[in-house]
Amino acid sequence: MTVVDQPAGARPHLLASPSGTGEVDPPPDRVLMKGNEAIAEAAVAAGCDAYFGYPITPQAELLEWMARRMPEEGRVFVQAESELAAINMALGASAAGARVLVSSSSPGISLMAEAMSYMAGSRLPVVLVNVMRGGPGLGSIGAAQGDYLQATKGHGHGDYKVPVLAPSSISEAIDLVRDSFILAERYRTPVILLADGILGQAMEPVAPTFQRLEKSTPDWILEGAAGRPPRVLKSLHLQPEALEEHDLALQAVYERIAANEQRWAGEQLDDAEIVLVAYGTAARVARTAVERARAEGMPAGLFRPITLWPYPAQALRDAARGARAVLAVEMSAGQMVEDVRLALEGAVPVYHHGRMGGMVPSPDGVVDAMRQAWAMSQESGR
Amino acid sequence: MTAAEPITEQEGRTIYRRPLLLSNPTTYCPGCGHGIVHRLLAEVLEELDLGAKTILVGSVGCSVFAYDFLALDSVESPHGRAAAVATGVKRYRPDKVVLTYQGDGDLAAIGTAEIVHAAARGERFTVIFVNNGIYGMTGGQMAPTTLAGQKTTSSPRGRDVQSQGYPLPVTEMLSLLPGVQYAARASVCDPGHVGKAKQAIKRAFEIQLEGKGFSIVEVLSTCPVGWGLTPSESMERLRDTVMTAYPVGTFVDRPRGIAPKLPQPGSPNRSITEGF
Amino acid sequence: MEVSTIIAGFGGQGILFAGKVLAEAALLEGREVLWIPSYGPEMRGGTASCTVIIADKLIGSPIVDRADHAVVLNPPSMAKYAPMVAVGGLLVVNTTLIEAEPGRGDIELLEVPCTALAKSAGDDKLVSVVALGALVGRRRFVEPETVHRALAIILGDRHADMITLDTAAFDAGYEAGLEQVIA
Repeated sequence: MTVVDQPAGARPHLLASPSGTGEVDPPPDRVLMKGNEAIAEAAVAAGCDAYFGYPITPQAELLEWMARRMPEEGRVFVQAESELAAINMALGASAAGARVLVSSSSPGISLMAEAMSYMAGSRLPVVLVNVMRGGPGLGSIGAAQGDYLQATKGHGHGDYKVPVLAPSSISEAIDLVRDSFILAERYRTPVILLADGILGQAMEPVAPTFQRLEKSTPDWILEGAAGRPPRVLKSLHLQPEALEEHDLALQAVYERIAANEQRWAGEQLDDAEIVLVAYGTAARVARTAVERARAEGMPAGLFRPITLWPYPAQALRDAARGARAVLAVEMSAGQMVEDVRLALEGAVPVYHHGRMGGMVPSPDGVVDAMRQAWAMSQESGR
Repeated sequence: MTAAEPITEQEGRTIYRRPLLLSNPTTYCPGCGHGIVHRLLAEVLEELDLGAKTILVGSVGCSVFAYDFLALDSVESPHGRAAAVATGVKRYRPDKVVLTYQGDGDLAAIGTAEIVHAAARGERFTVIFVNNGIYGMTGGQMAPTTLAGQKTTSSPRGRDVQSQGYPLPVTEMLSLLPGVQYAARASVCDPGHVGKAKQAIKRAFEIQLEGKGFSIVEVLSTCPVGWGLTPSESMERLRDTVMTAYPVGTFVDRPRGIAPKLPQPGSPNRSITEGF
Repeated sequence: MEVSTIIAGFGGQGILFAGKVLAEAALLEGREVLWIPSYGPEMRGGTASCTVIIADKLIGSPIVDRADHAVVLNPPSMAKYAPMVAVGGLLVVNTTLIEAEPGRGDIELLEVPCTALAKSAGDDKLVSVVALGALVGRRRFVEPETVHRALAIILGDRHADMITLDTAAFDAGYEAGLEQVIA
């Protein structure tokens, strides 16, 4: 991606307090930050103009961080009466030209589906963070990845998609917050940052200087029709011919996104005969499983999609070429595995290992699943 | 041409002029009050010279097309969410004039949470709430504002309050909130009331310009098709029946000292707590 | 090298705090580190736990199924986490509150009366810091001096008055960890 970089300089509030013993430590290269807080601060640093949210575990620290930081920066913070209201406030602020962040966790994200559809239809940028928890329904507050299909296949009603970015570490989450804003504004679309309860709650070292993002004034925002014809931002096109034309224009945008914005990472794939496919927290478990498998002599590798839509299908095909088996590892009953199968089109046997409800696959559990997949692929004559 | 421009003998006198902000002829049904309210809105914004800095937040219902008739920058909102959308617009652009234009199904049923909390926060935008007591767009079903006993397509034997509940007096309810600086109910039943409706709308925008807080004008209106009446019968029903159930007037104008008396924390109001 | 530590006990025993101190110490030593708490209803009542993973390279699984160290400060934690210690790993047991035996011969056991030591150091709430000291004393995977600095950083200006007490508690635990058996 081509982006405009500008270092924000040291942010003193991020630095650990001095020791209190009279000694002053030099500013550390890195500081420990919670995922939720790092995502929030990354948005602040990226020039987020407005944040709207509602408390829900496990993303509450994100709201709390914004409650403190946004007013400090003279920017907009509103704790809404519901997730429904929060995303609609985002809709309004986005229409007025604001760079907007909204965050929630699974049940709250469901409530936002309506407005996400409207924003996609009205072509309004927003970045929505989903710190996923167990479901369905109220589910549990444990980390899960059960919202993959919701995020990647449309979320609300109608023919639309939104880019979905999935970080697997806190440092990566920081980078992807900024990239989410870039994508949202480049393509005038909502973007989902798909995290989970572990990423939200864990602390990891991060560099204390976050990246800023330049902002231009687009020619579609609402500021009052002074000296020009009025602008109308809407998704309603009552004549079927007109709506189809609008929908085709949306599809053309999605084609451009699919062509230009796929992202993934690979680890130890060169000689891999069994390829794990996993994103987010599950990908980290898979990384440890790959190490253990290799220690046992099983040539394993990891393919990690970073954009879940657009799915890096061609890259996965390339990574799996010559492999005997592919194993999708998820914190769900098997959602992303559908995209894995679509990508591979039967070229390689595809298996799935998943835990649900806030349970997370263990590295040894994944290694066991790899052994089984390996055995099954041998039996199937490959 | 503006209203203040001198009129020459050759041009003749202007008896009627379409407000500049009214861009297209409306396509509402004959006798529907939306056209009148649109015109009042356009006149007020023009008189206050606000057209170029106003952002209209639309809603869902017959009023969904308001942006086709009013020459204003506009954003659509999902059904009922206009007050949340307007919160987002106004918080980011407090220098702009922001209004929602909502019907009673939109505001008083599906959008109650959003309107109550926007009012409670004292959001500094103006709500134009057009109440005709029915879902017009979808074919005349019962709304929360439908009068007791009133027949609609979803209350075919008349609204039975025992099973279908009582009409919801939203503006009176909102009047209790300290964040509400101005709340009034007006009507379009006759020219006299239309003039008062315009005054109320103007006052609401003045309150917004002063940055004081939330302002709402409920305008009682008609739905001849949904009510099964002719346009003139509708105006009569509005005057004789609807306005009896929903009295018009100013409920709150805090800058002018008009506000309902409420118990203050720590000093209970006898008239309310009597008997305990 | 990757070392995982689980610290578990009652809410109010300073579990998450001790984990943060350990994570900060690792950071000060320039290592990769991941700290993850138990969160939600659990932390509002009964038990609390956190996991700290320290490594010299990118950290993989945040979920630990073979803990190199487990520090258990109350009986339920003993029952839950003793089986999760990796073969050859270390289990630090707070003998003031735990009478049970882990029932494993393939791990190293370090029995320390953490609550009692915390009390004599000045405050029984320091029990987790004592336990952390014992752990570091036995398996010096971070330097004690770094933990001292980390304590000061985590306590910060707001709790600067606690630095002396916390440091003493850590040192008491550290001494206990250095010795083989403390009755």
